[in-house]
Formats: sequence, C-alpha cells, structure tokens
Amino acid sequence: MLHIINKSPLSNGSLESCLRVAVPGDILLTEDAVYAATSGNAFEGKLREAMGRFKVYVLQPDLDARGLGDRLIEGVTSVDHGGFVDLTISNNSCQSWL
Amino acid sequence: MKFGIVVNEGPYQHQASDSAYLFAKAAIAKGHEVWRVFFYHDGVNNASKLTEPPQDDRHIVNRWTKLAEEHKVDLVVCVAAAMRRGIREENLAAGFRISGLGQLVEAGTKCDRLITFGD
Amino acid sequence: MSEGGVKKFMFVNRKAPYGTIYALESLEVVLITAAFDQDVSLVFMDDGVYQLKKGQQTKGIETKNFSPTYRALEGYDIEKLYVEKESLEARGLTEADLLVDVTVLGRAEMGALMNEQDVVLSF
Repeated sequence: MLHIINKSPLSNGSLESCLRVAVPGDILLTEDAVYAATSGNAFEGKLREAMGRFKVYVLQPDLDARGLGDRLIEGVTSVDHGGFVDLTISNNSCQSWL
Repeated sequence: MKFGIVVNEGPYQHQASDSAYLFAKAAIAKGHEVWRVFFYHDGVNNASKLTEPPQDDRHIVNRWTKLAEEHKVDLVVCVAAAMRRGIREENLAAGFRISGLGQLVEAGTKCDRLITFGD
Repeated sequence: MSEGGVKKFMFVNRKAPYGTIYALESLEVVLITAAFDQDVSLVFMDDGVYQLKKGQQTKGIETKNFSPTYRALEGYDIEKLYVEKESLEARGLTEADLLVDVTVLGRAEMGALMNEQDVVLSF
C-alpha cells in the first residue's frame, strides 16, 4: 500500500500516525510533508528509523518549491509527478493520510 | 490504468487542487485515463465560474475546464456539498457537472485507483 | 479485489467533529456507499475517535448534532466500526464512552486491516 502524507510532522500528527499503524510499504511525502525529508529537521531521527521498514519517497517539485531541494535526507527517493503516478500503480492501493 | 481523483479543498486556499491537477496531467501524459475527478467538501469551489485570480497567477478553474475538454475527464461536483456552499448550475464553470455522492462511490468501484487530495 | 464487483471500501476518520465539517460530510459518503452494496468499514483513529463520544450537546453552538447518525448505521447494514486502541487511550477514553458498539483494534491489527482494502477514503 502507498501511504501519501501531505503535512509537516513538526505541526501535525499524520506522518506519526501512519508510522504507528501502517503495515510496512511505500510512503510518499508531498506538499508540506516534504519538510520531513530534509536533513536537520526535528523529525529526521524518526524518519530514518522508519526507513528500515518503509521505502520513503518525496515529491521533488514540492521540495524545490519550498527551497529545500538540496537538503534531502540520504536514502529518500525523489520522484516527480510521473513518479507519483507510477507509485500508485506499483502499489495495489493507496491511502492519503489527510 | 483508469484513475479516479477526489479533491476535497477549494482552490488557492490549499495546495490540494494544484496537486490533483498535476497528478492528473502526469497520468494522462503517461497514457493513462483519468476517468473522473470528484469535487467534495470545499473542493466544490473549484467549479465556480466567477473565479478571477490575478493575471500573473494560474487559473485553477479554467485549468480543470481545459483538462476536461482535451482529455474527456468527467468533472463531478457533489450536489449536497455544492448547495451548502452556493455552487449552482448558474455559476458552474464549463466542463463541470453537478451530481450525487453516488458518483464518488462509482469512481471507487470502476477505477483501478482512487487518489484523494485534501487537507 | 473481492468477488462480484464488490470492493472493500474503508473510511478512515481522523478528525474531530464540529471544528471542521469533514466528519459530517464523511458520514454522508458512508451512507451512500452502503446503498451501493459495497463492503464498508469505518475506522476511527486519532481525533476521529471523538466523533463517537457519548453525550454531544450542540445547542450552544447552534449546530446540528449528527452523532445519532452513527447509531443508525446498523440500519444501513454498516456494522464494521473499528476504533484504534492507542488513539482511545491517548485521549483518556474507553469503549464505555462511545455511543455505538465498536471493535477495538491494536495498531498492528488496524494496519493489517487497512492493507486488505481496495479503496481507502480518508477524511
């Protein structure tokens, strides 16, 4: 299953809830959730820990828009909107953690 | 692949409608079908033809209309959510139609994937 | 996908009622989905568990109290209501605080159930 998160983990619990409940699979960070994938953010440790169980992707255009295109945590895979589409296909289902 | 998309937030206020549009465009570019986009909650505001952004900004409503025209995307606005928010046939932009929530369920049953964009 | 054109629909409710309209409008989708003879599950987790709190009194905020609708779900053959145990505990609530009968699941069981679904709608 593809888990789509769109909120910063520093101000909202969606990513944390997803990590607590979800069966390991793919996570795509979009919109304000891209902050989770930047080095030095307070959630970095938790994301790195989750990367042992989940494959984490980030929507690069959302990261670039926020001026953090060069701060991506190593091991997080960058995708464009086409890559987003591919992820919804390679997974049998998807869930947006709104 | 046949995609259904749900948009739950209004234009400009939240990135949801932009993200949904870029997803739809990318899916079509890859040769997939975007069968229906269902607008729910404040998402119904994406269908107002009275929308007039500043000239140097993207026109979110017209962008959806164009996508519908060029790629036969069915843009459906939830009637109950629309009535609550003053979206009627009179102010409905081209390419959109107002219908019931059953259209959302149908998108879930008929599409290979249903992707939600919201807050 | 399940047999006979029936899909497994899960509605994940993670937002509290009244502060925003999501809970109410989500319930409207749930009722319609049941009418389409689909396999419907409702999940309440995070602040979504507050939707099921007994004793909601909305007169003072001049808003319709829609919580009785959860009790009517059974009449629409919607009987799969799941609440995440950790979310309840984190809010100082127990099953006795809820206005309908639910199945309480631990986080792992909840995750496994999500993974089995065809369509997951989150509000």
